[in-house]
Amino acid sequence: MLKVRVIPTLLWKDVGLVKGVRFDSWRRVGPVLPAIKVYNSRDVDELILLDITASGDGRAPDHESVSDFADACSVPLTVGGGIRTVEHIAALLRAGADKIAVNTALYEAPEVVNEAARQFGSQCVVASIDVRRAGDGLHVCVSRSGSRDTGCQPLDVAREAVERGAGEILLTSVDRDGTMTGYDIDLLRSLSALPVPVIASGGAGTYADLVAAVCAGGASAVAAASMFHFTEQTPAGAKAALRDAGVPVRHQFAGAVSQS
Amino acid sequence: MTVAIVSYGVNNIGSVRRALVDLGADVVLAEHHDALAGADRVVLPGVGAFGEAMARLRAGGWVDALRRLVPQGRPLLGICLGMQMLADSSDENGTHDGLGLIAGRVRRLDALGCSLRIPHVGWNDVEYHGASPLFAKIPQGTDFYFVHSYAFEVGLPDTVRATTAYDVPLVASVQREHVFGTQFHPEKSSRAGRQVLKNFLDYGRC
Repeated sequence: MLKVRVIPTLLWKDVGLVKGVRFDSWRRVGPVLPAIKVYNSRDVDELILLDITASGDGRAPDHESVSDFADACSVPLTVGGGIRTVEHIAALLRAGADKIAVNTALYEAPEVVNEAARQFGSQCVVASIDVRRAGDGLHVCVSRSGSRDTGCQPLDVAREAVERGAGEILLTSVDRDGTMTGYDIDLLRSLSALPVPVIASGGAGTYADLVAAVCAGGASAVAAASMFHFTEQTPAGAKAALRDAGVPVRHQFAGAVSQS
Repeated sequence: MTVAIVSYGVNNIGSVRRALVDLGADVVLAEHHDALAGADRVVLPGVGAFGEAMARLRAGGWVDALRRLVPQGRPLLGICLGMQMLADSSDENGTHDGLGLIAGRVRRLDALGCSLRIPHVGWNDVEYHGASPLFAKIPQGTDFYFVHSYAFEVGLPDTVRATTAYDVPLVASVQREHVFGTQFHPEKSSRAGRQVLKNFLDYGRC
């Protein structure tokens, strides 16, 4: 049986990791490579690394740095930020990313999803969808690190991305991001009928939030940043809590082999 | 202990290399089959389509070099597509010949009776059948990381060393003498994967 995954999200800005609140007020968290090594040593299920300023700056992804990160990563690594072309994707996969996450390009160059799925397979194409609640309370998708209102509805964007070949959805609530007040369960539920896995993102503060994302929101994976960066809660603790709630999670293997 | 990784133009051998180096192996990225001569162990990674990968192996003169490892008694580990290429043939986009080192045929998951989403991606638990040196010290039911749309249908049942349950059982590992294969990615399977690679390095060591 496939397992529900617990995924630390690493936000990469300039030379280090940061974490903000609602895509703003960035706090420095530390350098990237040591964080990847720590999470690896803690036997996490997967890592997501997003360059949060690449699209805004019009930069291509830094595949040379990604190569160093990927070599140190013994779990699947998803990389996003600034991806606009299939060449960007090819360079990141060559550098060792297992999956790539496309966000702004979903709105501005969506055919890159088709081409990436055709060349590299749907399993490595993640559609990253950032969502805010508008004044009327309805969900609307935003791009360019949350700075641009696309006017699109999350379900429409997700369906189109899946039709184009995306194999997974990373669904982030910008309003909840960094607040540690819980995921937007309504948002998750609105996408739960999709035929691909949905990764819940934005708002995790406690283990109970992770359980809710899976049991009430229908998520296949839960991503969290602040909770792991700034509290004493750990990915291993998160999995224990999910297991106690009856969610199938990967057992930690306390093997004899140490990892550097 | 020198381990050669067959480098035939496929993506992403950095993490396999790193894992083997961390385990103390001298790792050679073999760009030419001559580089296999000095290797105690050989790893055949693989990502992508079967036909194209086999074409690259043939064009590089790898096929005979890999087949020669069998009479020489040198252990070989195929990973993911690298395991599938140990088979006689694959049905991926037409029929293609494989290396023929372990009897069997590679078929799409739905042709094997699978009705769930393809590809099979993620952490799934593995059941071992009989004693397999690759899984020494790893508890039954440990999860490994899979990404694949095709699977190995073996010709000889006793070559299956592990399976994983999707909606149908899928072959997770094969072995014939010192030729090993894993459908999952040990290099992406955290500590358990690291132990599989260590077991491969330790296999047959005095």
